[in-house]
Amino acid sequence: MAEFNWVTALSGGVLIGLASSLFLLTNGKIAGISGIFRGLISFWTGFEPWRFMFIIGLVAGGALFLFIDPNHAFEAVHPRNHIWIVALGGILVGFGARLGSGCTSGHGVCGVGRLSPRSIVSVVSFTASGALTVYLAKEFL
Amino acid sequence: MKANISSFAAGLLFAAGLALAQMTQPSRIIGFLDFFGTWDPTLMFVIGGAVGTYMLMFRIIKGSRQKPVFTEQFQIPTRTDIDKSLVIGAAVFGAGWALGGFCPGPGIVASVSGALPALLFVGTMIIGMYLYDIFQKVTAK
Repeated sequence: MAEFNWVTALSGGVLIGLASSLFLLTNGKIAGISGIFRGLISFWTGFEPWRFMFIIGLVAGGALFLFIDPNHAFEAVHPRNHIWIVALGGILVGFGARLGSGCTSGHGVCGVGRLSPRSIVSVVSFTASGALTVYLAKEFL
Repeated sequence: MKANISSFAAGLLFAAGLALAQMTQPSRIIGFLDFFGTWDPTLMFVIGGAVGTYMLMFRIIKGSRQKPVFTEQFQIPTRTDIDKSLVIGAAVFGAGWALGGFCPGPGIVASVSGALPALLFVGTMIIGMYLYDIFQKVTAK
């Protein structure tokens, strides 16, 4: 396990909270990334520039860290040996975020932050399911 | 135009927070979900910082403003019902999160590094979202 640094963890979290607050203050919306992204790839619903700009902002932030300190932000070796497990993970995340109306940002940060009962249930469900999956993956994969 | 720039800024700040907190590293996610192994508390501090900040800012913003700065109205979810889709969707999401070590935001940010697992994750997440559209059409009949 990589060393635990509570300072970067907490300050990173505060930045995420500020980013979501800025989005609420200026655009009036919940910073739910799966929802923003989903609207962007649903071509049949029409193009909405703000969605595109948010995602481009995410990409730009990633590029910034690639420039500043890639070893801090990105992992050289992925913890999963088999690439198809990551692929299965992606499909489940995409499908589950839509069926459950949100992900770690929309439910986990914004929803819990405004004490939405649906979001609290969502966080309990995905954390429990995630913990069970990690346990099973360690046993069987 | 202004709403698009602030949307970009929010995305950028969000990505910086994720990268600083190393949420873009799948081993941090899997390590957090490994409650019965060598548990990594990083994600708990990140969520704590993010939720605490957003909770405070949400109250301040909603308490002091009739409408957002650059758009016409706040768009905050109003649903409070707990249904099967919410619980099952979150559980499916959690399983995928644990398998790939990515959720939507960090996956998009990490894909900028060009790492194959992150790129594959984003690609399969898009497939998962489209699969939900098909699922919705089939079950609606």
